[in-house]
Amino acid sequence: MADKIREVILESGIPVKPVYGPEDLGAIDPARDIGKPGEFPFTRGIHPFMYRQRPFTMRQYAGFGMPHETNQRFKFLIENGQNALNVAFDLPTQMGLDSGDPLAEGEVGRVGMAVDTLADMEVAFAGIPLDQISVSLTINAVAAPIMAMYFVVAEKQGVPLNQVRGTAQNDILKEYIGRGAWIFPVEPAVRLIGDTIEFCARHAPKYYPVSVCGYHIRESGAHPVQEIAYAYAIAKEYIKRGLERGLGIDDFAGQISFNLDIYGNFFEQIAKFRAARRLWARIMKDEFGAQSPSTMMMKMIAGGGGGGLTIEQPENNIVRGAYYALISALSGTQTMALCSYDEAYTIPTEKAALISLRTMQILIEEMGIGDTVDPLGGSYYVESLTSEFEKRIAAEIKRVDEEWGGIVEAVSAGIVQGEVARQAYRFERGVQDGSIPKVGVNRFRMEEESRDVALHPYDPKQAEESIRRTAEVIAARDAGTVDSALQKVRDAASNGQNTMPALIEAVRAYATIGEITKTLKEVFGEYAEQVKL
Amino acid sequence: MPNKPIRVLIAKPGLDGHDRGARLVTLALRDAGFEVIYPGLHQTVEKIVETALQEDVNVIGLSILSGAHLPIAEKLMNQLREAGMDDKLVVVGGNIPAQDIPALKSLGVAGVFPSSSRFEEIVAFIQSRVVGVL
Repeated sequence: MADKIREVILESGIPVKPVYGPEDLGAIDPARDIGKPGEFPFTRGIHPFMYRQRPFTMRQYAGFGMPHETNQRFKFLIENGQNALNVAFDLPTQMGLDSGDPLAEGEVGRVGMAVDTLADMEVAFAGIPLDQISVSLTINAVAAPIMAMYFVVAEKQGVPLNQVRGTAQNDILKEYIGRGAWIFPVEPAVRLIGDTIEFCARHAPKYYPVSVCGYHIRESGAHPVQEIAYAYAIAKEYIKRGLERGLGIDDFAGQISFNLDIYGNFFEQIAKFRAARRLWARIMKDEFGAQSPSTMMMKMIAGGGGGGLTIEQPENNIVRGAYYALISALSGTQTMALCSYDEAYTIPTEKAALISLRTMQILIEEMGIGDTVDPLGGSYYVESLTSEFEKRIAAEIKRVDEEWGGIVEAVSAGIVQGEVARQAYRFERGVQDGSIPKVGVNRFRMEEESRDVALHPYDPKQAEESIRRTAEVIAARDAGTVDSALQKVRDAASNGQNTMPALIEAVRAYATIGEITKTLKEVFGEYAEQVKL
Repeated sequence: MPNKPIRVLIAKPGLDGHDRGARLVTLALRDAGFEVIYPGLHQTVEKIVETALQEDVNVIGLSILSGAHLPIAEKLMNQLREAGMDDKLVVVGGNIPAQDIPALKSLGVAGVFPSSSRFEEIVAFIQSRVVGVL
């Protein structure tokens, strides 16, 4: 008797047949649904020639310790062929705390660089031309003041505001779902994002003020359909805030980009990205009335995520990373990043970060991956799965809007968080009972010698140095200028004016991130987490 | 066997916001019949001790992924001792390198469950250790 055909159901709940054929393309109209690369609905890619014309950008996440160390790592990555930077900040900075704050104890410079004042940002970007290297700032709750610092540093380098390039993560709604670096209540936090969107649209039009992160939602356990659906519900909310400021849809929505995750089933991820591009184009055109093709293009960084990596047999993660890079390229991303093989247990060592960079370089330089656009386009399976994904993502967005009262309500009440946690639990139980295979964990497990992990060293002296540096900055600045600038921040926050001009004035006067955050907290209050499990 | 369910406080100390593990363990321990309190992110050690006292828990489970497990565990153990609460079973989970486990145990941490530990191990460990306490 022949072996039984296994049943296959993807993480998103979609059943997969053993064979696909022309009959599976039945409902798909090639001209309407697939189209040409660089044309609506952009299923095959947002540029007509994709990597043939311009290889994907490689942007590894880096930044640790003191600003001068981060500056050295940046220069190392640039010398090795990386063409964009992705800045990691330490947790105190992400939470709007100065290095000397008691709550910052033990955390200064641990998972990223410590920034108290503009002086730290000046050191971090010394000798790095901000008009040539594209910098991405991984900062959310205090994105507005950190962006303000970045704009002032660029200006001091001679780059005018209307020429500044770069991206801020600045997606606070996903922080309440995953990652957890929130400070203010949901409504004023989203309003700050509206401020940055409006300010950039009017004054820094080349800057990408928001990168909406499905990535962290998926890393928190959401399945791929949920990842895109919640990210899109969030993006739509930010876009509504921009429209409320009187901006036209084509004046700003094209500057909102996406940061999406790669791990799990190979074809499921590829279909996810192709479907996401098509659905975004349709949402922008049909729901928001966009006219400009650029507004309809879903621009993304697709990163190989830590969620798929294992602590067991960690060298296997190098291989996983190579597959993730391949998925990313076959999905038509503009920018690629890869978690390093040691990232399941530490901040990447220089060697591990270099292997990730080389993985992406081998793919584009040696493998011919960029020779032709969307090589999987037209595949019976991939096109069929792409259409199924589009349907399911649209249905989940509708659930957020119609059943949960919109994303702000759903996040404030902890509904999305609970949904994601339950999915994460189902998945983890599957890994633990072996029904979801994981090599080295529930398949081909080996007794491993307990290894001494080469952790990135944490130096408690960093906190002292940062505190001392900031004390010097405070001693040298003009206290009256700082006070009046902070008063303007307070006024703008409470009377509904755009806070960005006041924030720029405050950081220019070397107000600390802690002072600015405290001022905003006095007006906005603090978020009270709703745990629904 | 205790005649009332084992009560557990799952706590995320410090600034780190990665709580997938804390939420998973909360759900798994509930499925095992424990009463589990997970108050959310950004808890100070003082707040954890206060909650443990108010909720009269048997077990405190710390979830730490930032790398700051040693200083945080030390602070918690000291404060529990000062509050006369050293009967609480303290376990630590998260991103804990093997070489740090002896140091955590010498601080008085009863069990360490690094990322990817199995739920059943955590449940069995707590059941084996809390019976004697009650």
